[in-house]
Amino acid sequence: MKRLLSGNEAIALGAWEAGVRYATAYPGTPSTEVLENLAQYAGVRAEWAANEKVALDAAAGAAFGGARALAAMKHVGVNVAADSLMSLSYTGVRGGLVLVSADDPGAFSSQNEQDNRQYARFGKFPCLEPSDSEEARQFTRLAFDLSERFQCPVMVRSTTRLSHSKSPVEVEMPGEHRQQEPLPPFERHPDRYVIIPAVARRRHPEIEQRLLAIAEWGETAPLNRIEWGDRSLGIITCGMAYQHVRELFAGYSILKLGMVHPLPGRMIREFAAQVERLVVVEELDPVIEEQVRAMGIEVAAGKEFFPLCGEFTLEKVRQAALKAGLPVAPMPEQVEPLTEPVVPPRPPALCPGCPHRAFFYNLRRWRKQAVFSGDIGCYSMGFLPPFDAMDMLISMGASIGMAHGLKQAGAQEKVIAIIGDSTFFHAGLSPLASTVYNRGNIVVAVLDNRITAMTGGQQHPGTGITLQGEEGRRIEIAPVARAMGVEHIWEVDAWDVKEIGRALREAMAVEDGPSVVVVRGACVFTPYFQQRPVVAVDLETCTACGTCFRVGCPAILKSEVIDERANKPKATIDPLLCTGCTVCLQVCPVGAIYETG
Amino acid sequence: MQKNFLFVGVGGQGVLTASDIAAQVGIDLGLEAKKSEIHGFAQRGGVVESHVRWAPRVGSPTCEKGTVDVLVAFELLEAARWIEWLRPGGTVLVNDQKITPMSVSVGDAVYPDREALLKGLRARAGRVVVVDGLGLAEKAGTVRAVNTVVLGALSALLETPPEVWEEAIIRRVPPRYADINRAAFHMGRDAVVAPNR
Repeated sequence: MKRLLSGNEAIALGAWEAGVRYATAYPGTPSTEVLENLAQYAGVRAEWAANEKVALDAAAGAAFGGARALAAMKHVGVNVAADSLMSLSYTGVRGGLVLVSADDPGAFSSQNEQDNRQYARFGKFPCLEPSDSEEARQFTRLAFDLSERFQCPVMVRSTTRLSHSKSPVEVEMPGEHRQQEPLPPFERHPDRYVIIPAVARRRHPEIEQRLLAIAEWGETAPLNRIEWGDRSLGIITCGMAYQHVRELFAGYSILKLGMVHPLPGRMIREFAAQVERLVVVEELDPVIEEQVRAMGIEVAAGKEFFPLCGEFTLEKVRQAALKAGLPVAPMPEQVEPLTEPVVPPRPPALCPGCPHRAFFYNLRRWRKQAVFSGDIGCYSMGFLPPFDAMDMLISMGASIGMAHGLKQAGAQEKVIAIIGDSTFFHAGLSPLASTVYNRGNIVVAVLDNRITAMTGGQQHPGTGITLQGEEGRRIEIAPVARAMGVEHIWEVDAWDVKEIGRALREAMAVEDGPSVVVVRGACVFTPYFQQRPVVAVDLETCTACGTCFRVGCPAILKSEVIDERANKPKATIDPLLCTGCTVCLQVCPVGAIYETG
Repeated sequence: MQKNFLFVGVGGQGVLTASDIAAQVGIDLGLEAKKSEIHGFAQRGGVVESHVRWAPRVGSPTCEKGTVDVLVAFELLEAARWIEWLRPGGTVLVNDQKITPMSVSVGDAVYPDREALLKGLRARAGRVVVVDGLGLAEKAGTVRAVNTVVLGALSALLETPPEVWEEAIIRRVPPRYADINRAAFHMGRDAVVAPNR
């Protein structure tokens, strides 16, 4: 039966078909749905890990024990796991170990556009790159075989466009419940799995040999294939770029690489020899192109035409091909954009009822005296107007380390780190330990909304519920901070504007070590969030002062009523959007907002 | 048959579900279909876009600017934002609903006049079909069926058997909402087929 599956659903299906026993991940767009889907299959133990390194380490342990294991993460998550990944290439594995890396060309929801095919080159292990959901299923299955055959980790590289596109997949859903037998007794191979220097030195040449053997395998493996057509032009391509190429250059010869590392050198040479002009079309880095050129093969068009930055689209590839003088149809005629009337932008905003709102509203008064060190989550939107309360943000968990370093270097301002609950458990614990140990003097605000919100609501150690819906063990943030030696800790209600203000004032006044303010309030998308009677504006009392607009709530709108003295529109509240959180009611200086319930 | 659709709207409007169903209809019609969406921040009131392509064989999962046969907009402003993706002579199906963006509510921008927007769309599209999705969905039984109303209207714009759409919708919705969605589908369809009835 053919079913429309997303790339991530297909990866999960392929892993299940391959008999994966253990799968783990830290959520991250566009990779999150791989684990969410795997968690649905019987016989698979699927877990959220505290971060990507823990995920890969756990999968590695399972693979050392002979189990088939998978770790999934977004491209930047691989950076977190990279220390172990590099070692795993040397140790090798016994059970198949597949690392799913979901890259984000276009940086739709990421801090960069890094091309993780480079990790495969760097770490000297194979990387498979599917071009649609059916291939995502097949390549994931194949990745497990390949991993066991060559005893190395295998990367399956996806991109946002593959992960979040649906295309037909052949599904034979057996629906049988696979019972997992216990693993056989652990086979000890300390000569490989204990990667001390002596072992590493011995393993290195073996890894180089392995890479050659894998390349040789790739020469005849069906995942690398030539689609012969008109030989006046030959295009080497891979991944989603293949789909654009297939459509735009219909009829010409294509070498489609399903394994993007290591490359099948002989196959590439033969292809190049039989086409008049050779072109390489690949998204992001010139990973293939550089190697083809290094082989001494002439490339008629590559990265000098096909952009290095951004996601490929039909439009971009066509444009580049035309510039390069390649035989594609001209740009389609376009409808003129609408410029009159002006179409206003629709930036993302914190949701109505969001537990981050009152905190960011409070930060306004610290703008002159404090630096805001930010982190990754929904609260990154504190960067946007009307809050403008984020001065630096680089990676998961970095808020605390950056704040500490800035203060230690002699910053005159107070420095406040802003981090979410899931991010705190991901990479906030170590920098907090470092700060406490060195008697750093910063304020750490942990915005605890009891979920990993930005990626769509995943559980984590602070929620105590596992990916497969079991009761785990919940870890509370304030006791953790206390146990780590933080002496000044506040726990405040996320919707109590005054209480947050007081806690921040007191925390900022501390001079003898770090202080932690835990702002507690569940995300509106969790079952813990309590919807309350909506609030409304009394237009008689409203003076159109605009204070409530500065809480940045999508439910607060400008009304049609103009205040005569201020000559500005008074406020109104959309009862369909309002959640009754009362933050606007608390900040209104004239008491014009009232509870309806 | 070969068709490109671009579904656009605001997070929470059911744009992605509607495009999922449209892609499934393509498969049910015996074509290949692909669907591609960007939804990163969408939950937080941002813009949602979802491409659906039907053809005997589909390459790229996204349409190219200037090749969209039907722009299916769940919100007036979003119809205007995405109009340049339309093929000259193509159709705009727009749900007659305004959702105020933050840029407007904080006073940095103005939500354009409805008539001016529609005029702009009519000047650029071969045909503009306006459907009162919210009103019809409410009449059918729930405001959450807006996307089913829109799919009903879309089905009437294409030479496809309505049963295929209806079945794809019913397969997707919870059984207790089947009747409401059936009603919503036909109301959307009638709004195009017999707008004055």
